[in-house]
This record gives sequence, structure tokens and C-alpha cells, in this order.
Amino acid sequence: MTEMIIRFLVGGVVVSCFAMLGEVFRPKSFAGVFGAAPSIGLATIGITIVKHGHAYAALEARSMIFGAIAFFIYACACSFTLMQYRWQSLGTAITLIPLWFVVSFALIYLIP
Amino acid sequence: MISTQWASLKDIKLHEYLLRFLFGGLCTVGAGLIAQRFGPVVGGLFLAFPAIFPAGASLLEAHEKRKMAKAGLDGTNQGREAASVDAAGASIGSLGLVAFSFILWRGLPIHNASLVVGTASVVWLLVSVAIWYVRKSRWLRGRSVEK
Repeated sequence: MTEMIIRFLVGGVVVSCFAMLGEVFRPKSFAGVFGAAPSIGLATIGITIVKHGHAYAALEARSMIFGAIAFFIYACACSFTLMQYRWQSLGTAITLIPLWFVVSFALIYLIP
Repeated sequence: MISTQWASLKDIKLHEYLLRFLFGGLCTVGAGLIAQRFGPVVGGLFLAFPAIFPAGASLLEAHEKRKMAKAGLDGTNQGREAASVDAAGASIGSLGLVAFSFILWRGLPIHNASLVVGTASVVWLLVSVAIWYVRKSRWLRGRSVEK
């Protein structure tokens, strides 16, 4: 339970910091970069290393590569859809989330 | 050119800060629980899950709408365009995230953890900035050709 509370607090702080950086930087196209900052990775990697060791954390990092590739495809799809069809951004971002699942799990399956 | 505008932090409302903190905390806990239940291979995927992105895009759209409403205009289209530009930026950041993860994967088993995490973070930023500049210069060239 203590570990989860630490994860929540550290994750909240790290994500908030990156979100604030995203608000501060201009132009907006660059600020958007912080939307894909390694916030959750940074928040958890220390705890993971302490609890499970370096090899376990490295294995998580390998999968994170697939997650990041899926994130790239998801973000491109969001950008295209919002620019082309001007749908509501929250609805678009949530509707396209399954794309991330499909790509990331397909990559794990194809590159075990 | 990349610049900073610290005054824009004042435009963010308290509940927007709290929302991001809550989302960030929950996503980090969620990633930990998934790793516990399904192991590091599946758990690692969720370290790059775009959980914060929908909330961020929605807040950005709301900001743009609010700004346009102050001028007596309907900012719906501008808001969605801003969210689209933000998503394009996130796509660049996600390529930096690939580099970040690669360095952790290869570096953690053989080097000091603090050094590897620090290097990976710097590389994330450098890769993202470099790709952003390349993309921007290509976009500018495209615009000048159009003219």
C-alpha cells in the first residue's frame, strides 16, 4: 500500500511538472512534445529498480519502446483527425485510444 | 524559435492543476498494478500509455475557446486546431520516448542507474528538439514553395 501511495504522489508531481513545462514553452507545436514526456517512466523506474532490480526494469524499458511507437501512431492519428474533421478533442483522443492498444500489443506479439 | 512564456501558468486554474496531478498519480499506480499482475513485458507498455494526453488536449481546447470568447468570437475551430498541433508535437515527443526507452533497455543492466536515467532524459529532450527543428524547417520550406 505504501508503495502505491509513493507511486501516486511521485507520478502526480512528475506528470504535473511536465504539463507545466508544456504550458510555458512556445510555439505550441514544440510545447506538445511534453505531452509525450517520459513522465510515468521517470516516476516508476526508481521504485522498480529498488524493488525488482536492474534486469526487470530493463525488460520494462524494452516494452516501453513498443508503447512509445504505438504512442507515435496514436498521436499522428489524433493530429490528423482533429485537423481534418475538427471533432471535439477529448472525444477524438479517447476514441482513438484502442489504436494504441492494437499497435502496442501487436508489436509485443510480433517481436517477442 | 523556441521561447518561454511563464505568465501563461497564471491562466491555468487550480482544478486543472489538480486534474493533471490526479491523472498522473492514477496512471503511475495503474502502470505499477498492471506490471504486478501481468509482468514486466506487458507492464512496460503502459509506461508509454497516452493517458494524460486526452485531458491535456481537452484543456488546451478549452483554453483556446476561452481566449476567443473574451474577444467575442467562437473559438471551437481554433481550439481543435490547437489540440491538433499539440498532438503533432506529442508525436515528436513519442519518438524521443523511443530513444529514452532504448537507452534504459540497453544501459540499465550494465551501468549505474542514475547515470542511465539521466542520460536517457537528456537524449529524450535532444531527440525531440532535433526532430521538431527538422520538421519545422521542412514545413517552412514547403510554405515558401507554395508562395
